[in-house]
Amino acid sequence: MTAIQILFYLFSTIAILSALMVVASTNPVRGVLSLVLTFFAMAGIWLLLHAEFLALILVLVYVGAVMTLFLFVVMMLRVNVASMREGFVRYLPFGIVLSLVIVGLIVVAIGPKQFGLTSMPIPPTKDINYNNLAELGMVLYTQYAYPFEIAAVLLLAAIVAAISLTHRKPHQRKIQNIGKQITVKRADRVRLIAMPSVKKMNVSDKPSGETS
Amino acid sequence: MEGLLLIGTIIVKIIAIILVLLLSVAYITFLERKVMSYMQSRIGPNRIGPLGLLQPIADVIKLLNKEIIFPEASNRYLFIVAPIISLGTALAAWAVIPFDKTAVLANINAGVLFVLALSSLGVYGILIAGWASNSKYAMFGALRAAAQSISYEISMGFALVGVMMAAGSLNFQTIVQAQAGGILHWYWLPLFPLFMVYWISGVAETNRAPFDVAEGESELVAGFHVEYSGAMFALFFLAEYANMVLISALIAVMFLGGWLSPFQGVPYLESFFAFVPGFVWLLIKLSFFLFCYLWFRATFPRYRYDQIMRLGWKVLLPVTIVWIGAVAMAVHFNIGPWFA
Repeated sequence: MTAIQILFYLFSTIAILSALMVVASTNPVRGVLSLVLTFFAMAGIWLLLHAEFLALILVLVYVGAVMTLFLFVVMMLRVNVASMREGFVRYLPFGIVLSLVIVGLIVVAIGPKQFGLTSMPIPPTKDINYNNLAELGMVLYTQYAYPFEIAAVLLLAAIVAAISLTHRKPHQRKIQNIGKQITVKRADRVRLIAMPSVKKMNVSDKPSGETS
Repeated sequence: MEGLLLIGTIIVKIIAIILVLLLSVAYITFLERKVMSYMQSRIGPNRIGPLGLLQPIADVIKLLNKEIIFPEASNRYLFIVAPIISLGTALAAWAVIPFDKTAVLANINAGVLFVLALSSLGVYGILIAGWASNSKYAMFGALRAAAQSISYEISMGFALVGVMMAAGSLNFQTIVQAQAGGILHWYWLPLFPLFMVYWISGVAETNRAPFDVAEGESELVAGFHVEYSGAMFALFFLAEYANMVLISALIAVMFLGGWLSPFQGVPYLESFFAFVPGFVWLLIKLSFFLFCYLWFRATFPRYRYDQIMRLGWKVLLPVTIVWIGAVAMAVHFNIGPWFA
């Protein structure tokens, strides 16, 4: 086995084990962290495929941004483990059938018929000046230009939808006027009141038991 | 045999970088106390060794001898992993920083992306530390730190997009070479708004004053690392300072010409300073930004949390987007002396 094969099996074992941990762990925070590990292992495998740009983007976008927000939300939840375990037996047959269907579909879709060595020959070894980033750009902006644009518009639509869902009408909004906050002067906030430090006391005001 | 030799030299290089980095981190803590105390009309540490120079060593010995306490209700495994993630990501990013024309550990094509990816991972150390401690103060500190670094990472990444477009590459050596030609050719001038945005976001990203609400002493005791003691606290401490040095080095490489001499193109001075090796210039540029970190801490009051968020989203982000458009135009039409 070459070093690359050893690395491949290492990364794929980590990916599969951590992916199992994602569904098996009872603690949601551990589940999210396992998913992070899965992404990492997949990024490692992509690196072995000379796709360093995609691997780093996977780490940057999914691990660095998406999963951080996931973790952010999950950390603040207090999940009742007992209620999660409830109904495990009841839903088990349904779950088994569903997972079998999905596995069958995947096997049919990416089985040896479509992705065997005859239909997908081993790609030629890359020369030393191979630039994955440039190749990706060439394909993405020529051959797949329309799907790329459509995906971008879909994402834009999702952003607009998310904003419109959380948008509040002007009268519901609470806005700080930053300009006003910054230009505030000492005289607007603090008032000095002239107070005589010693009050003249009458004899009757004197506390009892005190003699001068 | 050759492969083993290659691996051996790489390991030696890694050890050299880490040793120098750890030593400089130790003396930055000393420098921080000295600089701040002179700014505040005090003397600072001056008891241990000549001029107090052995103070950081004494601090290290003290920290390593302290007991490591695991809180009863903490998540033991994640509690240990968190400081390791923090320090690991802070150190790993140094692999792609160019110190000189040939002195770089890994001269990879996607260097900028690598640094961005690793700096976005640093927040995991903080989040996990806050959650695993199972303490209210640590949790609040972690939430604040995470929200802050997510917000500032976006403007930081966009500032880098401008640099990438101007240099036409993601490789750090190419970015440095693209700035050749003296001070006025460095990217701080054509990309001035991005330079300022990157600098400010860099300070916010490392959770340093004036953006250090994550460890706001007055309300959160010490923030996310409040439950850590001894050597594990020292790891967080190291990670914070290593990140400061890293951000300073990145600003120097991407906006101030990295290891390039500032006297390039100046008739007499260029040959006079030709003997100075490149890493000295990098060190001088990097030290300036490090000093600014300490200066900020001694000078500025802490930002309010909503002001931090507003600055990140409503000020820095629009500035970067506008300037990316401007740079794209300038690069496309080959405007000016920089993009010709």
